[in-house]
Amino acid sequence: MPRFLTLIRIDEKNVPEGGPSPELQKRMGELLEEITKAGVMLDNGGLAATSEGTRVTWSGGKLSSTDGPFTETKEVVGGYSIVQAKDKAEALEWASRFLRVHEDHWTVTAEVREIIEGC
Amino acid sequence: MTAGRTTAGTAEAVETVFRIESARIIAGVTRVVRDVGIAEEIAQDALVAALERWPESGVPDNPGAWLMATAKHRAIDLVRRKETYARKLAEVGRTLEDAPPPPEPAGPEDIDDDLLRLIFTACHPVLAAPARIALTLRLLGGLTTSEIARAFLVPEATVAQRIVRARRALAKAQVPFEVPYGSDRADRLSSVLEVIYLVFNEGYSATAGDDLVRPALCEDALRLARVLANLMPGEPEVHGLAALLEFQASRIPARTGPDGEPVLLADQNRARWNRMLIRRGVDALHRAGRGPYSLQAAIAACHAMAARYEDTDWAAIAALYDQLLALCPSPVVELNRAVAVSMSEGPAAALKLVDALTGEPALKSYHLLPSVRGELLDRLGRAAEAREEFERAAALAHNVRERELLLGKAARAGSG
Repeated sequence: MPRFLTLIRIDEKNVPEGGPSPELQKRMGELLEEITKAGVMLDNGGLAATSEGTRVTWSGGKLSSTDGPFTETKEVVGGYSIVQAKDKAEALEWASRFLRVHEDHWTVTAEVREIIEGC
Repeated sequence: MTAGRTTAGTAEAVETVFRIESARIIAGVTRVVRDVGIAEEIAQDALVAALERWPESGVPDNPGAWLMATAKHRAIDLVRRKETYARKLAEVGRTLEDAPPPPEPAGPEDIDDDLLRLIFTACHPVLAAPARIALTLRLLGGLTTSEIARAFLVPEATVAQRIVRARRALAKAQVPFEVPYGSDRADRLSSVLEVIYLVFNEGYSATAGDDLVRPALCEDALRLARVLANLMPGEPEVHGLAALLEFQASRIPARTGPDGEPVLLADQNRARWNRMLIRRGVDALHRAGRGPYSLQAAIAACHAMAARYEDTDWAAIAALYDQLLALCPSPVVELNRAVAVSMSEGPAAALKLVDALTGEPALKSYHLLPSVRGELLDRLGRAAEAREEFERAAALAHNVRERELLLGKAARAGSG
């Protein structure tokens, strides 16, 4: 049963006013509980704003670092989950359910990537 | 998600949703019809209905709820028809309206209860262990008959027969669809845990065939253990089993080499152990107790916590084996304890313990007894005896990979 990393991408500059509504938080909490109870969810978390993040780059034999916010990117990773699913279709179904709990005025992207095992 | 889906895409989506939901649907329907075989058929009917409907109507927003509602309607129809039939047969003049209302589709807690009842029904002791395993994988793991057959290297017809007979046996014994309470509960729970553990072990050290590990089976069992831990958060042994399986599974990537050959614990590249599963194991262990699975999990934790093989706390492991032996005496556990003693006190002390086990009838054809004895003799410099023991072990091993490993040890004994 492969594992999948789902990266939740959002546009930091266009997050709805006031962030997630209490209703959204409730639906999301219920869904996360359901995925956990199904034995699928291994780990998940939300990430602090990129204004609090730092990128460290190795290039040309030198380290350099850039503090956030990372304005040059439209979409940033706002959260992640690691699930264990039968196949990609199942991981996609859970990711779709995650997206569907959002209200219509949200734009959220779930990027589902298989984790290569045994390394 | 719905828009732009092709018919083939819809069919795939239906099957995916069905796989995710099938255990809950079967559990929910069993509550209505009180027969897992009929419930499974009704769940399949709901799947067929979705395959017919969804390509035209689009996948509903909550496909799981749609499948559940469709299946429950059919179940209620079936119960009503049966009741009507029985009533007509008895020529009782009551109208259908007098019939007791069928159980309503329920909240999430009821769904959890239904799932738990289904697990306890599928693992009922009235069934032989192979039947319990097949039925559990079929109803709760969502595995097809051919997948189960492939996993256990038995003909598909055998598995199909096991499942049919199991359903019939449950119906005949009129096994109630319930989670038992009181004194029954511990016995029945241990049957449930045993089934999950057997499934995991069949994947972890395949007793036959060419592959040492069949990870898919391990993961099915791990998923069942996680589901059970979420359904029964107050049962320490459930967390103990979940912890044990998380720890064991964390080592799977390191247990085989590039050609599928087994790599022993001492030689495993610990960087390949899955840290996330170890962390999950530690979390589960915090909720575990002092029962047999919990103690085995604590032993596995000692290995998981050692950054290098040399750092292993063998004295702690030997002490945990003492507790395990007090709880459930077994020659296999004694043998494992001897291995821990050989590391904490040296091979001579352990050889005495192992020698005491050589007359044990239960270990007569257990390849790990001569294997361990060979190891100890080799460490004591008794090469010729060691070689003989390794050869004996190889002759007893059923797994091809293990046999090769033991013959290699026999060849090397005394030469290094």
